[in-house]
Amino acid sequence: MTDSINDFSPLEQHLLNDFQRDMSLSATPYADMAKQLGVSEAEVLQSMQSLQENGVVSRVGPVFRPNRIGVSTLAAMSVPADELECVARIVSAFPEVNHNYERDHLYNLWFVVTASSEEHLDIVLYEIEQHTEQTLMSLPMLDDYFIDLGFKLSSTLKQTNRNG
Amino acid sequence: MQLNKQVLHLSSEDRALIKAVQSGLPVVSRPYAEIAKQLNSSEADVISRLQYLIDNGAIKRYGVVVRHKELGYTANGMVVWNIPDDKVEEMGMCIGKYDCVTLSYRRPRRLPNWPYNLFTMVHGCNREEVTQKVEEIAEKCGLQNIQHSILFSTRRFKQRGASYTPKKSSTAKTAKLQLVK
Repeated sequence: MTDSINDFSPLEQHLLNDFQRDMSLSATPYADMAKQLGVSEAEVLQSMQSLQENGVVSRVGPVFRPNRIGVSTLAAMSVPADELECVARIVSAFPEVNHNYERDHLYNLWFVVTASSEEHLDIVLYEIEQHTEQTLMSLPMLDDYFIDLGFKLSSTLKQTNRNG
Repeated sequence: MQLNKQVLHLSSEDRALIKAVQSGLPVVSRPYAEIAKQLNSSEADVISRLQYLIDNGAIKRYGVVVRHKELGYTANGMVVWNIPDDKVEEMGMCIGKYDCVTLSYRRPRRLPNWPYNLFTMVHGCNREEVTQKVEEIAEKCGLQNIQHSILFSTRRFKQRGASYTPKKSSTAKTAKLQLVK
């Protein structure tokens, strides 16, 4: 399902846009959102539930900084077109793989592998190569230059400052 | 930025909490109380541990995580740049400031196959818009003569929060790794 931001109700738009960062760590975060938006907690819970069910909201909660509580890498493979779907399915089945995309390049399969330690990561990369019978290129992050303030959805909505 | 590069030392309680929240908070009135129940802990303890992870930079952002594609940003281009090493930090910061950009990472080159050392993610409603934004950014950051390539995503096989669950040791054979590392 693909929607533009304007296809959402005003409440949904605010839920999508206003709480992407610095969400309160109070015991009742959804009641806090409701209070700020002037609606009931039940309405917020219901809307948030449905935004998650139709996939617009991936989750509510923490985004962990790469390589701070575990280790991760971006891996790329160059897979023959007729094997891609099968290889991608094998890769996605690993719980340590959290993003897996086809991209139009000689390296056509790109995925992120996250693990609790270097050793764990090496094992997983090895196993992915074994199971897929493909060689992978591992590109671990060396520096992060991006300050994550969430994703601004629309210029018509309340804007947040970006003091990059 | 240096401060945020070390892997944090975490207690087993912290690890259990991370595992419990990595796929998101429950959408209920008292989410931390529910998580506490799973962990045999208290609501106050869950909240204070999360605060600790925020304060120490383990949590980069805390809030609603949206999927771009479902919001109409159907094109995302991974833009990779081959930038001289002494310029990469400055250029990475410059690109990372734009609203349509959601990542800016330095990664190793893998010569001769892979010359690019800066990875940025640029979102748009279609490929033309992404390409146009990349040109704008290149001009504003002084990158017109820098070798770069846009890798558009053509299919999403998986997208969810990271899983940090440790691997069972039964398959722990690290010997003879044939990885390009």
